[in-house]
Amino acid sequence: MTSLTEIRWHGRGGQGSKTASILLGKVAAKTGKNIQAFPEYGPERMGAPVLAYNRISEDKITVHCQVTEPSTVAVLDPTLLSVVDVTDGVPADGTIIVNTTEDGAELKEKLGFDGDVWAVDAYGISTEEIGAPFPNTPMLGALIKATGLLPYEGFLEEIKKEFEKKFAHKPEVVEGNLASIERAYQEVKN
Amino acid sequence: MSNQVALTGNEVMAQAMRQINPDVVAAYPITPQTAMVQVFSQFVADGNVDTEYVTVESEHSAMSATVGASAAGSRAMTATAANGLALMWEILYIASGTRLPIVMPVVNRALSGPINIHCDHSDAMGARDAGWIQFFAENAQEAYDNAIQAVRISEHEDVRLPSMVNLDGFIISHAVENLEILADDEVEEFVGEYHADNYLLNSESPIAVGPLDLQDFYFEHKMQQSVAVENVKDVVLKVAEEYKGISGREYGLFEEYKLDDAEIAVVALGSTTGTAKAAVDNLREQGVKAGLLKIRLYRPFPAQEIADALKDLKAVAILDRAETFSTTGGPVFADVKAALYDIKADVEATNYIYGLGGRDIKVGEIESVFTDLQQVVETGNVEQTINYLGVRE
Repeated sequence: MTSLTEIRWHGRGGQGSKTASILLGKVAAKTGKNIQAFPEYGPERMGAPVLAYNRISEDKITVHCQVTEPSTVAVLDPTLLSVVDVTDGVPADGTIIVNTTEDGAELKEKLGFDGDVWAVDAYGISTEEIGAPFPNTPMLGALIKATGLLPYEGFLEEIKKEFEKKFAHKPEVVEGNLASIERAYQEVKN
Repeated sequence: MSNQVALTGNEVMAQAMRQINPDVVAAYPITPQTAMVQVFSQFVADGNVDTEYVTVESEHSAMSATVGASAAGSRAMTATAANGLALMWEILYIASGTRLPIVMPVVNRALSGPINIHCDHSDAMGARDAGWIQFFAENAQEAYDNAIQAVRISEHEDVRLPSMVNLDGFIISHAVENLEILADDEVEEFVGEYHADNYLLNSESPIAVGPLDLQDFYFEHKMQQSVAVENVKDVVLKVAEEYKGISGREYGLFEEYKLDDAEIAVVALGSTTGTAKAAVDNLREQGVKAGLLKIRLYRPFPAQEIADALKDLKAVAILDRAETFSTTGGPVFADVKAALYDIKADVEATNYIYGLGGRDIKVGEIESVFTDLQQVVETGNVEQTINYLGVRE
């Protein structure tokens, strides 16, 4: 399964890491890829460190175990870096994207990781665009830029449809979430 | 026309229930089944189905109401998991003994205690002798396909028995996967309208259901139930053939994965069989003749067919996601070993109990089982028959 991409999402309970993984999975499925999206269910508590995963592949995915060697890691909250080893199992050429106001060089040093490290201010972007710090949707935009996993235009088109379904009862937030994705895509830096 | 979707196992099973459009659903929510009946109850509230949804105060009542509805002549379904299934216990036997073709998704979860909400098969395995047909699924696609086929199998005139459609808790029920669902009209046509031969609400031909049945007839009725169970395998294969016509997907009693020329193999059921396929692929790349037998129909147990498929192996490991506390291994092991004994097969068989309470099982762990099997073949000696895989010392 050479085309397989495995992704691990680090967040805090309530930040939407599970939603991010599901949205990414659904959009990737729309582009014809085989996907899995699943959180790690533990005792769920608001604010506690949580995990979610994706597998995305051109080939059929049969495995049903946890992801232990993700090639891509997205971190939704910068304070997790001192609590959780987000580099665990990540290969040397892996990609790590962090919601932070620090820059890539500072992050690399902090992580002790020499691979591909990207930084984006997802709290700042979502506060301006959505009106509250929801880091999960901007992190999707940053992840697409950092990984090139899916063609950007197609991704935007499909995620808009997902937002319209998901937020059918509050359509006013669709635009802000889309703008967050677009800004994060532009502003994420390695 | 089929549709590609990306949904959780629970959402997909709710779609299957919507498409089956049962007359009655009586269900009580329990993790990890909750989302299934929640989504389905939304379909009822939105008028997407014709179903009468009965909210009940327990699983004992859920199964009792489903039995009542089925005996009255309607197509009835429910769904449960773990302790909910355990609470249905008494009525499970009444459903099968009364020959009611109820279809029930079971989202497999460990039985308490200690309390745990994650996947193992202790719930379904405890009910394996309750007279229900039991299907297991590798993924959400298979769970969906099994649910639709189960309606036809259960209601078949040679069967008339209830079915449990098992899917692994969280691993399948809560994970989003891409799969294909059939068009609504295809499912409607495939399951057809249900017409019970004899039913309570038939004023033309009134009957009693569930009366006292003592020494003079109980045994004969149990014998009839046994005959019906004997018929299940043929009906499963016939329905699978017809289902292939509308879905393009092939089903049997079990799936043989690279088993043809295999020297060593594992036998398993549920989501772990997908992980085992990756292990088999890795070993094949190294030139090891490894294979997998994935059980789809667990009750009734296709003993002869499974023994025939395994008889040319040198060694086989049976994986069980449930402990029986019999000191003689897991339930699937006991069944497979007995089947091999019956045909006097010369195959060393070992047992691995794994994944209890949702403990993750990885590709490498299944590869280590194959390494053990290679050792058995090389030395001709089984050091440990019953093993525990992935447990800390």
